[in-house]
Amino acid sequence: MLHFANWKIATVLAVSLAGLLFAMPNMFSSEMRARFPSLLPNQAVNLGLDLRGGSHLLLEVETGVVIKERLEAVIDDVRSNLREQRIRYTGLRADKQAVMVRITDPERLDEAIALLEDLAAPVTNGVLGSVATVDLVIEVLDENLISIALTESAIEQRILSAVDQSIEIVRRRIDELGTTEPTIQRQGSERILIQVPGFDDPARLKTLLGQTAKMSFRLVDVTARTEAPPAGTDVIYDESNPPRAYVLRRRVVVSGENLVDAQPGFEQQTNEPIVTFRFDATGARRFGQVTQENVGRPFAIVLDNKVISAPVIREAILGGTGQISGGFSVEEANDLAILLRAGALPAPLIILEERTVGPGLGADSIAAGEMAAIIGLLIVIGFMIVSYGLFGVFSDIALMINIGLILGILSLLQATLTLPGIAGIVLTIGMAVDANVLIYERIREEVRQGKSPISAIEAGYKRALGTILDANITTFIAAVILFQMGSGPVRGFAVTLAIGIVTSVFTAFTVTRLMVSVWIRRRRPGAVPL
Amino acid sequence: MMKPLQLISPNTKIPFLTYRMIAFVVSGVLMATSIVLALVFGLNYGIDFRGGTLIEIQDKTGPADIGKIRDKLSNLGLGDVQIQEFGGPRDVLIRISQQPGGDEVQQQVITRVKEVIGDTVVYRRVEVVGPKVSAELITSGITAVIAAIFAVLIYIWFRFEWQFSIGAVSALVHDVVITIGMFSALQLEFNLSIIAAILTIVGYSLNDTVVVFDRVREELRRYKTMELSALLNLAINRTLSRTIMTSVTTLLALLSLYIFGGEVIRGFTFAMIWGVVIGTYSSIFIASPILLLLKVKRDWSRTGASPANNSAS
Repeated sequence: MLHFANWKIATVLAVSLAGLLFAMPNMFSSEMRARFPSLLPNQAVNLGLDLRGGSHLLLEVETGVVIKERLEAVIDDVRSNLREQRIRYTGLRADKQAVMVRITDPERLDEAIALLEDLAAPVTNGVLGSVATVDLVIEVLDENLISIALTESAIEQRILSAVDQSIEIVRRRIDELGTTEPTIQRQGSERILIQVPGFDDPARLKTLLGQTAKMSFRLVDVTARTEAPPAGTDVIYDESNPPRAYVLRRRVVVSGENLVDAQPGFEQQTNEPIVTFRFDATGARRFGQVTQENVGRPFAIVLDNKVISAPVIREAILGGTGQISGGFSVEEANDLAILLRAGALPAPLIILEERTVGPGLGADSIAAGEMAAIIGLLIVIGFMIVSYGLFGVFSDIALMINIGLILGILSLLQATLTLPGIAGIVLTIGMAVDANVLIYERIREEVRQGKSPISAIEAGYKRALGTILDANITTFIAAVILFQMGSGPVRGFAVTLAIGIVTSVFTAFTVTRLMVSVWIRRRRPGAVPL
Repeated sequence: MMKPLQLISPNTKIPFLTYRMIAFVVSGVLMATSIVLALVFGLNYGIDFRGGTLIEIQDKTGPADIGKIRDKLSNLGLGDVQIQEFGGPRDVLIRISQQPGGDEVQQQVITRVKEVIGDTVVYRRVEVVGPKVSAELITSGITAVIAAIFAVLIYIWFRFEWQFSIGAVSALVHDVVITIGMFSALQLEFNLSIIAAILTIVGYSLNDTVVVFDRVREELRRYKTMELSALLNLAINRTLSRTIMTSVTTLLALLSLYIFGGEVIRGFTFAMIWGVVIGTYSSIFIASPILLLLKVKRDWSRTGASPANNSAS
């Protein structure tokens, strides 16, 4: 136990030094680290949001909306197709994940089915590979009642792509805020986790994410009354107080998808904040055509089912550019431009969880955590020296190497250090010496049984090893489960606890043993100073 | 060099097992009380489990006027609102219960609170947990604790014998139940970090139990005919010095964290300090006496255990 081959000594020293080397960047500010030569590690520990301040948002994509939209589209298609072929039908409606329709011309049932089968869109599902499937299944239930159901794989596929698309749009919107290193990741099947470090005003973030930003340009039906809107129109309100109602043609002239750019600006005469936009070629052509045909009539710009402005067309707008003035503040104009540039979300997002820590609290937590760690360390170091003398000094040196290793591994893995994570380090400080306590107490026993110093030390290390491993593996199991089940800060605690267990077994057992072995070789002790 | 301090004399022979009935009664009463407390008074769940809003503010000008804040917020009709000083006279913690109406409406709380409290304070922390997430956190918290205890049961069974497994797990359940009971009695906030603390207690208590058990196994190999209660006493006494030393170093580190680590993790640290004390007690007075109760097998000669221990016999 006390004999170390040279390569073992080299390995122990190399591991300890590597740990300290990787921990070293934490002693320097980020400016100084940037000037490190490229050979040196320059990554400091990655601080969690609770320490550096920032916002954490957990969003859920309302995927039900996506399914509902697809069903509504199917209803529209069924209606127009059957009408075109003059097939009579009744009871056209959506029912859960299917559309129901009853054909009242029994002899034309087959014709209707053939017609409806053409409505199905192909599903590109990675799991099914090359097997071509369509998203609708048509079934005749009874008495000419046809069900057009969305298949499970179609629903899955739609949800998957809606969430993917949402993540992309969320990323674009957040990037526009100009914050550093936002993390945007999928969580589970329908959720998006957003972490924006250093951002302590989530209100703006939430405003940006809380809108789907579906925009459309539609014509206003000036002849209709809002109490009795004719077929093919909707009544949509604006945001004034009290809200004003508009009767809008359901047909969308140009939608937000045809926008290629949007920028905030100011109206030259009134200095009112506005948003200028530009259409792509298709959009420009359609917009030009419709405005040409409707000079003198109003059209409405609708955002998320609200009329933001309904100007009268003074002349044909042929250049494909325009501006929106809706009584915005500068920030509102700015945000609207961001939303239009980033594109519409396929479905609304709901905020399930929000955790924001201001930079002040984060800094206070770091200071408090450091203070607690240093004082805890000093007390434990002192206590070990008082209890075990020279051997206490050995374990204290090992303890410092241990803390260096924990920091080094955290920096190397770029694992996130949270406030509970700091608590984990402090707890490790207290528990790391446990292995040494086990060994030293064992050595004392062996000495009392009359063994010579060297064989007592030898036996102490040997017999304590099994216990040390058992005791640490059980704690490690708890740490792994904590990591699996936990989230955010708790996970940070599990990480430092788990790393601390591994490093403390190494330092308390191997590193102190090396020191003891060197000490024995140099001093040839006649008694164990324990 | 000065003579090292020894907290426990090597000749200590405390007849721990003689006190086992007292310990069982005390622990039984404590556990029963804990369950009754938890059922009758419940736990003071934090927003992690109950859903709702937590806002920590710091007055920019001076000591915060909690009464005034309470008046302002009571007009909003937000249901149960708890306001308390948090760490210092300028810091205030506001906890607002979950609003009826699902995940969508929870967000409005912050806007309304900010409207009435205004700009004279710094918003140091804002947390909003909706009903969906809080329900999931409850499930995953309970699963975590049960999974940890189960994993340990398997590990100890594998490394020792089933009696040891039952002994260790009984001690763990004991620790967890009494910790929950204490949180109920003192009505301390029970949140996600307390679950983490409980899992750490599980780890610590186990660590302590395993050290004693390892020694029990070793003595079982050495003294094949010694009476079991005497043998258990011997094992506990021989590891007592280590048990106390480790508890003391861990408690010292945790006390430093409790005093200097800041208000945010005080509850978490408190739970762990409590856990170290109860974990140390349970490995001596619960885990080991259960071995006596279950009559561990005495013939260890053919069992392959850890190599370090094999060589000892």
